[in-house]
Amino acid sequence: MSSSANRRLRAVLPLVCAATFFAVDADAADPGYFGYGKPATPAEIAGWNIDVHGQDGIGLPAGKGTVDHGADVFAQACAACHGTFGEGEGRYPKLMGGEHTLAGDRPEPSVGSYWPYAPTLFDYINRAMPFSAPHTLSAADVYAVVAYILNFNNIVPSNFVADQNSLPKVKMPNRDNFSWQDPRPDTAAKECMKDCIDPQAVKIISSAEGKDLTPRTTGPLDTMTGK
Amino acid sequence: MARFSGQQIWRNSRRSFLRFGAAAAGGAVLVRTGGAAADESSPPADPDWTQAAGPGVVDRPYGKPSEFEKDVIRRDVPWLTATQQSSVSFTPLQSLDGIITPNGLFFERYHAGRADVDPRQHRLMIHGLVERPLILTMDDIMRFPSVSRIHFIECPANGGMEWREAQLNSLQFTHGMLSCAEWTGVKLSTLLDEVGLKKEAKWVMVEGADAARMNRSLPLEKCLDDCLVVYGQNGEALRPEQGYPLRLLVPGWEGNVSVKWLRRIKIGDEPWFSREETSKYTELMADGKARGFTWVNEAKSVITFPCPEKPVAAPGLYEIRGLAWTGRGKVKAVDVSFDGGVNWHSAKLQEPILSKALTRFTIPWRWDGQPALLESRVVDETGFVQPTIAQLRQVRGSNPIYHNNSIQTWQVKPDGKVYDVQLG
Repeated sequence: MSSSANRRLRAVLPLVCAATFFAVDADAADPGYFGYGKPATPAEIAGWNIDVHGQDGIGLPAGKGTVDHGADVFAQACAACHGTFGEGEGRYPKLMGGEHTLAGDRPEPSVGSYWPYAPTLFDYINRAMPFSAPHTLSAADVYAVVAYILNFNNIVPSNFVADQNSLPKVKMPNRDNFSWQDPRPDTAAKECMKDCIDPQAVKIISSAEGKDLTPRTTGPLDTMTGK
Repeated sequence: MARFSGQQIWRNSRRSFLRFGAAAAGGAVLVRTGGAAADESSPPADPDWTQAAGPGVVDRPYGKPSEFEKDVIRRDVPWLTATQQSSVSFTPLQSLDGIITPNGLFFERYHAGRADVDPRQHRLMIHGLVERPLILTMDDIMRFPSVSRIHFIECPANGGMEWREAQLNSLQFTHGMLSCAEWTGVKLSTLLDEVGLKKEAKWVMVEGADAARMNRSLPLEKCLDDCLVVYGQNGEALRPEQGYPLRLLVPGWEGNVSVKWLRRIKIGDEPWFSREETSKYTELMADGKARGFTWVNEAKSVITFPCPEKPVAAPGLYEIRGLAWTGRGKVKAVDVSFDGGVNWHSAKLQEPILSKALTRFTIPWRWDGQPALLESRVVDETGFVQPTIAQLRQVRGSNPIYHNNSIQTWQVKPDGKVYDVQLG
């Protein structure tokens, strides 16, 4: 055998072996190819299947809650951080207010002024709240809290009952002000190298110097507060 | 006779050396008692640590940095958030070299604190529009074909406090929601093949096992492209802060979608519009409209030396160092300006230059002691050029919070101190 043929064989052999014995192309494997793990049973899925679609409410569970009951639950489980009417305590999030501020210099996004979809409220409260005791509210209590929050934002009347049918029909005030297509890149800077701007135009318009906002970066962790 | 541990022997011999040193060196020891002088061990003197054997092996079974590096830690901005459980800490970029972030310094972002998960009890459920809904243990996941890849993670709120004006005089706090590691795990596409996608499948919801059960929607196309389900971080198991025992890694996209403590993947035909992709991680424009599903982190760079934490000592020759990265692939070039963007000079890129990973750049700089305005500007392989903050504000206003990828300006004053400034 010529040496070049030999080289060719050596190059091809591993490929042949791979095809014969190790035909594991994970990218193109059929379902169940590896066979690891075990099937998820309907009961197992039901235990974790908590997600609710914000737009159409798919996944909202059975149950319902009134504004009045929501006020009681909110006072017990939510008001310590969010305030009695969602006005927020300290740095905890405000849940109301801020209408007509989003185009201003100091926007105040809240559930009422910013959130696009009401079922997302159910999903998030059920998923993550109350912060200090998550997942302790029943579906009925979560519905009631959602009804109360929507009510103190003047989005639903005081006789509103939140459930899997009513929530997807609530039109949040800011719903149509979102775009869900990324328009970036939306800047078109050029890679200029020389005399790119007038040196006289180079002006410092803002500096962090002396602002007293920066925690220390040596020594123990900073505990600065109240900015 | 009493048995001594290595540590005790080391201490004892050090003490006797000090006594000997006191007798021999006389007045020099007075300096030592008042705190070690920086040059007491310089030539011609021999330092203490050459005089006796140190602690033995496994004195520290899991190693840690030198005690002299104790300032190099993650730090938070206490006034920024209501609680430390729903907060962020920042990587000390000013003290790091290369492109890999040590695991103990990787920035943290929690929505309900760090979950400490028992890997024996952890499960990954994959269900929804699939042929074979599946529950996997960690052992199951580790059996799948593995890959290791180096990628950065950047929180899209990195630099968020600088949208309106320069606020934080610190590289750690302006850019430290950024880290980079070698991740090991299984391709998400492998897992999705294994469960078998139904033809209506278009979107994927990923959910964590933390108390916030944090969830996000991802388009199926990205999941099949380059997402990983990872259990390894820089050669060892993920740190709990990074989602131990399992997290999603979505290369180049805003950090929030790389869900930690990953426990559930659900396949659907539409996005979920969860709280974290409507109320948060959306950008408010100047006209009051908001942008959502803005996932990619566009190209960005920053000079890591000099910086406010690492000023220049005196006029002379320095190597300016920095980091560049882009969620759209590889860094193509970095230019550096010493005069606030009038003239630019090509920096040298340091190997390796990897897709969706941090890339190091350097350029020599002779500082003449005059005021200077240092900037870096990255160009990525798509041709995208990093914008100034003025250019960004022109398009997006000052209220987006997220995705500030603008050029950072460091002002060097004649005393060598460095300040975070913005140019108009």
